[in-house]
Amino acid sequence: MSLSSNWTHKDFISIEDITRDELETIFKLASSFKQTLGRTQKKLPSLRGKTLVNLFMEPSTRTRVSFEIAASRLSADSIFISTTASSLVKGETLRDTARNIVALNADLLVMRHSAAGSAYYLSKIIDIPVINAGDGAHAHPTQALLDCFTLRERWGSDFTGKKVSILGDILFSRVARSNILALQKLGAKVTLVGPSTLVPEYFSSMGVEVSHDLKSALVDTDALMLLRIQHERQTSTHFPSLGEYTSMFGINAMRASWLKPGTIIMHPGPINRGVEIDSKLADSEQSVILEQVTNGIVCRMAVLYLCASAVHPVSSEEVI
Amino acid sequence: MKMNNVLWISGGRVIDPVNKRDGTGDVFSVDGKIVADLSDEQKKEAQRIDASGKVVSPGFVDIHVHLREPGQTHKENIASGTRAAAAGGFTTVVCMPNTSPPADNAGTIQYIKDAIAREAVVNVYPTGCITVGRKGEMLAPTGSLQRAGVIAITDDGDCVQNTEIMRRAVEYAKMFDICVMDHCQDTALSEGGVLNEGVNSIRFGLRGWPNSAEDIIVSRDVILSFYSGAHIHLQHITSAYSVDIIRRAKQRGIRITAEASPHHISLTDGCLKTYDVNFKMNPPLRTEEDRQALIGGLLDGTLDCIATDHAPHTDYEKDREFDYAPFGVIGLETALPVCLQTLVEGGHCDLSFLLSLLTHKAAAILKLDKGTLSPGSDADITIFDPDLEWTADPEEYQSRSANSPWNGQKLKGKVVQTIVAGKTVWSPLSEVAAN
Repeated sequence: MSLSSNWTHKDFISIEDITRDELETIFKLASSFKQTLGRTQKKLPSLRGKTLVNLFMEPSTRTRVSFEIAASRLSADSIFISTTASSLVKGETLRDTARNIVALNADLLVMRHSAAGSAYYLSKIIDIPVINAGDGAHAHPTQALLDCFTLRERWGSDFTGKKVSILGDILFSRVARSNILALQKLGAKVTLVGPSTLVPEYFSSMGVEVSHDLKSALVDTDALMLLRIQHERQTSTHFPSLGEYTSMFGINAMRASWLKPGTIIMHPGPINRGVEIDSKLADSEQSVILEQVTNGIVCRMAVLYLCASAVHPVSSEEVI
Repeated sequence: MKMNNVLWISGGRVIDPVNKRDGTGDVFSVDGKIVADLSDEQKKEAQRIDASGKVVSPGFVDIHVHLREPGQTHKENIASGTRAAAAGGFTTVVCMPNTSPPADNAGTIQYIKDAIAREAVVNVYPTGCITVGRKGEMLAPTGSLQRAGVIAITDDGDCVQNTEIMRRAVEYAKMFDICVMDHCQDTALSEGGVLNEGVNSIRFGLRGWPNSAEDIIVSRDVILSFYSGAHIHLQHITSAYSVDIIRRAKQRGIRITAEASPHHISLTDGCLKTYDVNFKMNPPLRTEEDRQALIGGLLDGTLDCIATDHAPHTDYEKDREFDYAPFGVIGLETALPVCLQTLVEGGHCDLSFLLSLLTHKAAAILKLDKGTLSPGSDADITIFDPDLEWTADPEEYQSRSANSPWNGQKLKGKVVQTIVAGKTVWSPLSEVAAN
C-alpha cells in the first residue's frame, strides 16, 4: 500500500483543509514512523537530499526542535532562521524573505509567525510546501495532529462518544482552534472552559460547548487539554492576575478528583507549574504531556513526508 | 468660443432628486451653468450629447476621500484621485487631511489648493486637521485653516481620544460654523483589532474590533454636540447600535449628520473567505445585522449620505500578512454599481433616492452648492448606463492603487460621461480625453 497515494496537499496550513480520511493517512504513517523510533539506526532515507528551512518569527523551542528532529530522521537537512537573524528586521517583507529562501533552493518551508493567516499567505506565493508551525491565534495544525494521535493510541481511530474539554486561554490559542477542528472531524465532542474574557461565546459558532463552570466541564470529560496562560499575548485586561486564574481555573489535586478515573490530562507545553496545573498532577500517570512531545516528532515526520511527496512523488518502498 | 460653452444633453432619463425631477428630458448648460432652456440660436451651436437609454444625474458628491497629496503620492495624487472620481461619476470630492505632512496649517492647505488648481479634473474641497499633527493633543488653528479654504475639520483615521480636547475642538469650531467630521473609534477598545469582533475573528484567529469602539465615540459626539450646539458629522458608520444612537439624537434635534460607505452597506465580515487584505478596512466590515441597520438608516434619513472613504494603498504596501497590511480600500470607481446593486436592485429604494444620497444630501452636510440640476447651479453632470455590465479590472482603474474588494467582480452600472462646469472630464466610450 502506498501511504501517500491519496495525499494531494502541497501545504499543511490548517486542519480545516484536511478530511478525516487524510487525518487517518497521517496517523497511519505516523504510527509506522513511531515503530522506527526504537531502532538503533533511526534515520530513514525518505527525504535525503532535501533541505528544510525552519523560519521562526516567534520564539519556540519545542516545535522547532521537533521539526528539526523530524527532518533529521527523514535524512533531510534543516536550516533554522529566526527573526532576529534575518533580514526581516531590516525591513524585508515576508514575501521577499520567502522567495529568497526558495531561490536558495529550499525544498520545504516550516514557518512560525505571530500573524494569523501568514502561512496561508506564503503558500499562495511560493511553490514549495509550506508547513504551518503556528500562525498567530489561527492554527497550529501539527500540534492538533500530535494531540489527536496521542488520544488515538488510547481510543482507537473513532472518537465518537468521547468528550474533550479544553481549559484555559482559548481566545489567543491556535492550539485550541486546531484541536477543535481535528477532534470534531474524529467524532469527539468539545467543551471549552475558562474565564469569560478568554472563552467568549462566539466560540459556540464552531460547534463547541462554551462553559465557565469548571466542575461541570470536568466531571464527564474523557480528556482534559490544559493550555498555558500566555501572559505575553494578553493585554493586561483579560483577567485580573495569574493568582486569580489559578484560584478559579487551575487544576489542583482536589479539582482533579472531579475527573473520571482514567481521564487523560494533556498540555501542549510549556507548562507553568502551579498556574494552570498542579505540579504533581503534571507528572502523574494520567498525564501524557511527555508522550505528546514524542508523538510530535512522528506526526511532523508524516506531514513533511506527505507534503514533500505531493510535490515530488516518492515511492512507498523508500519510506521505511 | 461660444460653441464649446453650450451643452445640450438630450433624451436621457433625467433624475434631479432635490427638484423631484425624474423623467425623460433634456439638460442644458451655458458657460458652465445649468439653464432651463436654450434659445434657438444656442440650440444650433450647442454641443449635443445623446443620452437616450442613459440616466442623467447631478454629478456625484463624495465628502470622504483620501487623495494622498502631499506626501503619499505613490498611493494616489490629486490628478489620479480626481480622475478616479470622474470615472466613478463624482464631480465633487472632499479630501481628508491625513497627508504627510498633515494638513494642520494654512501653508499645507495652500499647497493642496495649488495642486488642485493645477491637477484636479473635478471639484476638490480640502479639509484640515482638528489637532496639530492629528495627534489629538493640541488644537490645530481652525480659524486660519478655514480662512485658507478648508470646509471642515477632521482627524480622520485618528479619532481624538481625549474627550476634553474634543469638547474644546467642537466648541471652538462652532464659532466659525465649521463642521467637525469624526472618525468614531475608541482606540483602547479597537487596539490590535483588524476584523469585526465576532464569529469570523474567532475563526480566523484575528484580533477582533468590537462595535462598541464605534458606539462609544458616537455617543460621546452626540453628547458633545448636544451641549455645544456644534455640527458633528460622523464618518463611515458601521454599527447597528450607532445607527440607533444617531436616530435618537436626530429626533432630539441634535446637530449630528452621518455617512455610510458602499463597502459597509454591501459586504459583511463573512465576505472574508481567506486572508484577503482587500477586505481589511477601518472601520471593519460588520455583520449582516449591522449591514441591514445601515441600509435602514440611509432609508429613513438617520444616515444622511453615502461616502466612499476612498483609501488608496499600493500593492506592495497592502500585500502582506493581514495583521500588518494597512487599512483601507479604494471606492470611487465602483461606488455607483455597488450602491445600485445593494440598494436599488436589492429593492430598498428607487434610483432617485439612491442618487439623492450621492448628490444633494451629501452636499448639504457641508453646505456645498452642489448636487442639483437646478438652473443657475454649476453644470456638474453625470451620465451613466444603469444596465451596462463590466468587470472591475485592477489594470483599468484610474486610481494609482488597486486595493478593492471588487477586483475581478462583475458589476452592473457604469458612468459613461462626467461633466464638470459644462466640460467633459470623463467619457470612456467616446474617447474624449480628460482635460
